[in-house]
Amino acid sequence: MPAITAELVEQHNLAPEEYQKILEILGREPTFTELGIFSVMWSEHCSYKSSRPHLKRLPTRSPAVVQGPGENAGVVDIGHGWVCVFKIESHNHPSFVEPFQGAATGVGGILRDIFTMGARPIAVMDSLRFGPVTESAPGSGPSAKPMDFSLNRRILRGVVSGIAHYGNCFGVPTVGGETVFEPCYQNNPLVNVFALGLARQDQIFYARASGPGNPVIYVGAKTGRDGIHGASLLASSEFSEADGQQKRPNVQVGDPFLEKLLLEACLEAMQTGAIVGIQDMGAAGLTCSTCEMGGRTGSGIEMELDRVPQRETGMTPYEIMLSESQERMLLVAQRGREQEVFDVFRKWGLDAVEIGTVIEQPVLRVKRHGEIVAEIPNQPLTDEAPVYQRPLAEPPRSIPLEPPVPLGPRTGKELKDDLLKLLGAPTIASKRWIYEQYDTMVRTNTVIRPGGDAALLQIKETGQGLAMSLDGNGRYCLLDPHRGARLAVAEGARNVSVTGARPLAATNCLNFGNPEKPETMWQFHEVVEGMAEACNALSIPITGGNVSFYNETDGKSIYPTPVIGVVGLLEQVENHATVAFQNEGRAILVLGTTQSSPDDFPITFGSSQYAQTILGALWGLPPSIDLEYEGRVQACCRQLIAEGLVESAHDISDGGLAVALAECCFGKGIGAIVEIPSEEDARQSLFAEDPSRILITVAEDRLAEISRIAGEYSIRAEKIGTTGNKILIVYQRGRVLLEVPIRQLQLPYETVLEMAVEKIVS
Amino acid sequence: MKFGVVVFPGSNCDHDAFCAAENLGQEAVLLWHQSQDLERCDVIILPGGFSYGDYLRTGAIARFAPILAAVKKFAARGGLVLGICNGFQILLEAGLLPGAMLRNRNLKFICRPVHIRVENVNTPFTNACRTGQVLQLPIAHAEGNYYADPETLARLEQDGQVLFRYCAPDGEITEEANPNGSLHNIAGITNRQGNVLGMMPHPERASNPLLGSNDGRFLFQSLIQAISDRGVWKSEMADIHQL
Repeated sequence: MPAITAELVEQHNLAPEEYQKILEILGREPTFTELGIFSVMWSEHCSYKSSRPHLKRLPTRSPAVVQGPGENAGVVDIGHGWVCVFKIESHNHPSFVEPFQGAATGVGGILRDIFTMGARPIAVMDSLRFGPVTESAPGSGPSAKPMDFSLNRRILRGVVSGIAHYGNCFGVPTVGGETVFEPCYQNNPLVNVFALGLARQDQIFYARASGPGNPVIYVGAKTGRDGIHGASLLASSEFSEADGQQKRPNVQVGDPFLEKLLLEACLEAMQTGAIVGIQDMGAAGLTCSTCEMGGRTGSGIEMELDRVPQRETGMTPYEIMLSESQERMLLVAQRGREQEVFDVFRKWGLDAVEIGTVIEQPVLRVKRHGEIVAEIPNQPLTDEAPVYQRPLAEPPRSIPLEPPVPLGPRTGKELKDDLLKLLGAPTIASKRWIYEQYDTMVRTNTVIRPGGDAALLQIKETGQGLAMSLDGNGRYCLLDPHRGARLAVAEGARNVSVTGARPLAATNCLNFGNPEKPETMWQFHEVVEGMAEACNALSIPITGGNVSFYNETDGKSIYPTPVIGVVGLLEQVENHATVAFQNEGRAILVLGTTQSSPDDFPITFGSSQYAQTILGALWGLPPSIDLEYEGRVQACCRQLIAEGLVESAHDISDGGLAVALAECCFGKGIGAIVEIPSEEDARQSLFAEDPSRILITVAEDRLAEISRIAGEYSIRAEKIGTTGNKILIVYQRGRVLLEVPIRQLQLPYETVLEMAVEKIVS
Repeated sequence: MKFGVVVFPGSNCDHDAFCAAENLGQEAVLLWHQSQDLERCDVIILPGGFSYGDYLRTGAIARFAPILAAVKKFAARGGLVLGICNGFQILLEAGLLPGAMLRNRNLKFICRPVHIRVENVNTPFTNACRTGQVLQLPIAHAEGNYYADPETLARLEQDGQVLFRYCAPDGEITEEANPNGSLHNIAGITNRQGNVLGMMPHPERASNPLLGSNDGRFLFQSLIQAISDRGVWKSEMADIHQL
């Protein structure tokens, strides 16, 4: 075993003062194995040492929340004796180093978090961010650097096929998510994976090792040398481009077939009643699961590494403890009933071995060949891990507030071209090329498939529906992290509300740069603040999530990118609305109105997709949002849907009203004639992205009823046009401003991504 | 009547097939791959998924499962066997149906609703359909590109064993309507006796209008019809299960 030198400590990403703390805790010099254990447990990824003080500000409770942050996943009561279990996790760095396996194991990891709690996963969504894949994307923003389109396409292809590989084989539908292209993600793609499962309310399992003398059982795949230091070196430090090659051995390799067997075996073993506690081995592997399970109950675990199933010979205790081999679980069974557990795992052809016992002493004691190689008290490793109040500093504003280009009037012809170009921007365009590679329907619950505002799943057992969406907007958050976070939460909730479902709770994935930089911590602080405000205003508790720092490559940070996954409940799944116009001759209404003053437009327009795609510029601020008003708009929309008055509903967001209208036309090929206000700049009416607006269609004879209900919520429901024909026509001041056949609108929207990605040469 | 859905390690459409049968008011049971007991089922379904991880080749390992021996005997005596997706791939590997699967033409997994045309209604799987009827069912596979040598293909066509073909919504058989490159747009074939069907589209996923299509029910209703129509069938089945 190597001697513990200052250099070795540094290689383990431990600060000198952290090493001092280790010496104090142990009262002696750590062994090499212990040093490894501390380094992973105290890594940013596992300990949340920079983020913890901030995260406390997020609301985490509501009457429906059964389990908030701190467990493998959040648990929310949906009634009828059922709960839903969900969480989001990032796998950003591994997906840059090895896109296929990085993304695949990201899916595998979050699925284990769900079924370790006794829930069968029924849905996965992914929030993906890449560098641009088409030449047309202007290099906007402060991180303008040469674009490597072929690299970005390779990463996109790898990530998508990795997700497909894992989710499809495992048998969970990938039902939605988002895909965004921005230059800042070129050398730091974001892969955030959300999963949701269902469990009986009285059959939730927790990661707790209780009952001294109870056997600690290792199940699933054998331990190999893969993924050692994934949590500490990949997920908790900055990158250089060269790392892309060098760190590949730190990425784990996934086997979705094995995970499927593990799922079935775990759920079946849980039915025996012999299982006391269970936790998956994810980040930091055996180390994390053993000390956390003990830490949660105040007891300890003693284990003998000789018994750990190993894939290769000659592994050291250090390697066994730190391996992040996938598809493994640790469980504690009742002494005397372990055979019932072994029998289930044998049936499924899986290893299940007793590797240790629960002990009264609150320590993690690790033996090899009968000799102690590590003995660390649990509490300091887990709850008392270092916490940093990192310094915050608002960075000087580098992006102009005022438009760098004049926003003069635009002719109808120009506006039409603008719309076509926007629909062909990869961030807005159809993601069909991506989601057709995913099994979106397995388990036969998917009511709204990818392509809508939110996914909607039926719950066969109760007749209810669960809607879910993933949303984030890095550009907004760069311009104003506080507003950006408020907007992200509002949009997530709105996407759920337009299906008719009431937002219940959310999970968040906070992707940021290096927390040791005060400006990053300032962004983080502002985002958490904004998120807390919006969650409080809209009554959406956060039941857990993930923080991903160090998203920097060669010193360049990504945009601050909080992603929020909102889950909503629909009491009767049949009572839902979808995006597509359903019939001709229906009134098109905008529910809610722009809350900002007309003077704000030149400033907020700089954050829009229009500014980015058409003007190639970034300036100003994201639109402001009145959260109380937003809540009323959403509640009104839900009521209109519940009363069966709404035929289609779509959130107005990226690309504004014009893009939203086009998307409503695509589903059934039904067009629209609309009139925009005569006093307003057409560009503002068509492309501004102000929040709190929902596009709905209703029967003409129900208009009075709708305005009565909208009145009860004190919001406007203004009729702007009528559905019909196969053409989108926009009038202003009584004259046709633009007129485009739907098929023409659909062409760029449907083809751009496939053309860009399938291109062999850049 | 009783549907038996085989569970291989890695099957993931087993519950869906089970639910589809139950929703039609039929009895359904799950049959474990290591068993040889078909539990007196009237129809055996080999469901979709990734049996044994689909390592080596899709369906290649499943053909050696103990239950396949029982399924082969059952089929040889006229028992009704339906292989969906991975189940179709297993039937090909097991030699219960001719031909083989290649990877999809675009080398990708494809999941989307497609249209198929019913080519032969004189089978226990399609007796509730009209000839030429177009059904909308989803596909979800990476290897559904059906291949057979020219003689086999000619024989399949001649004997009416091509049961389903990918088609345009109006029923026309076109190249564009072929999602995976299958020869002759083949989406499903039967054995010569007509009691074993392999198909890539998923009828169990199209058994609830809320999820987009209810056309899969034509297939299940055909099976129910076939079983109840033939009084003799019941006694034959008893024989089959004696084996």
